[in-house]
Amino acid sequence: MELDPRVVVAGLSIIFSSFAVAIGSIGNALGQGRALADALTAIAQQPDASNVISRTLFVGLAMIETTAIYCFVIALILLFANPFWSFFLGR
Amino acid sequence: MQIELSLSFWETMVNTWIVMALLVGLSAWITRDLRAEMPVSRKQQVLEIIVETMENQISELAGGQGRTYLPFIGTLFLFIAMSNLLTMFPSVSRLLGLEFDVYSAPTGSLNTTAALALCVFFAVPFFSIRERGVLHWLKTYIQPSVFVLPFNIIGDVTRTLALAMRLFGNMMSGGVIVAILLAIAPFVFPVIMQLLGQVMGFIQAYIFAVLAMVYIASAVQVEQQRIERHAEERGG
Repeated sequence: MELDPRVVVAGLSIIFSSFAVAIGSIGNALGQGRALADALTAIAQQPDASNVISRTLFVGLAMIETTAIYCFVIALILLFANPFWSFFLGR
Repeated sequence: MQIELSLSFWETMVNTWIVMALLVGLSAWITRDLRAEMPVSRKQQVLEIIVETMENQISELAGGQGRTYLPFIGTLFLFIAMSNLLTMFPSVSRLLGLEFDVYSAPTGSLNTTAALALCVFFAVPFFSIRERGVLHWLKTYIQPSVFVLPFNIIGDVTRTLALAMRLFGNMMSGGVIVAILLAIAPFVFPVIMQLLGQVMGFIQAYIFAVLAMVYIASAVQVEQQRIERHAEERGG
């Protein structure tokens, strides 16, 4: 079966970009859920500090989200700025 | 049916101008008869609430020096919050006969969010040098140890990238989800997703501003600054 390399590049890019986002968000969701649970426990124990805890929680969630954002960026690059696509189109 | 994933040039520019005009126009109208004595107008009270809340939040992160950073961080927050808030209004592009969407959030374009993130990237050394001097800023790169110098530099670049991508991803996906739901299940789900989009818009504006403040505060080392200032006042 003769597979055009453009077909291979396009197909694999599509499949694996969704894999990147799917697998990347698993760890992100687990980590953020854990951080939120601990923050809620802290607020329940010390309601006076809830402003500081909320702010720290938001900053911490943004830090945890960073690797999931990297996976999202890889997916976008594969779909919209694929470096191999233009190589095969040029041929 | 074509769902546009990225904003065209004019779409971003015109929507940015709309947000800018609204922010400047509202502020100019409200501050036209600014007074410091007690019977202040209600518009001025609303503006004071907004500005004071921002200043208090910034002060808690900035070691008490809210005023120094309020213009930059406040503008960031107001621009992003306003541009996300205006997505509440339906699109009038069909009425005006334009082929791009008016109004769609300009922060849904990677260009706008990258520009905002670059502002933060340059603001960190700016504030650090202005408050503490060039040597102090350079010293922050070799803390806690000189071996983390490459990691600090790389971390500076990647956190800027993450700032841009976080805001862009949240805003763009909000618009795309509503567009897809309008095509599939147009009865009640698009409204729910738009509500969620509004909440996420405010949260993302807050996160962007807070993260920018945290980065600046860690470069200026506001806690040490406050300790030094107290020592000066007590000793001098």
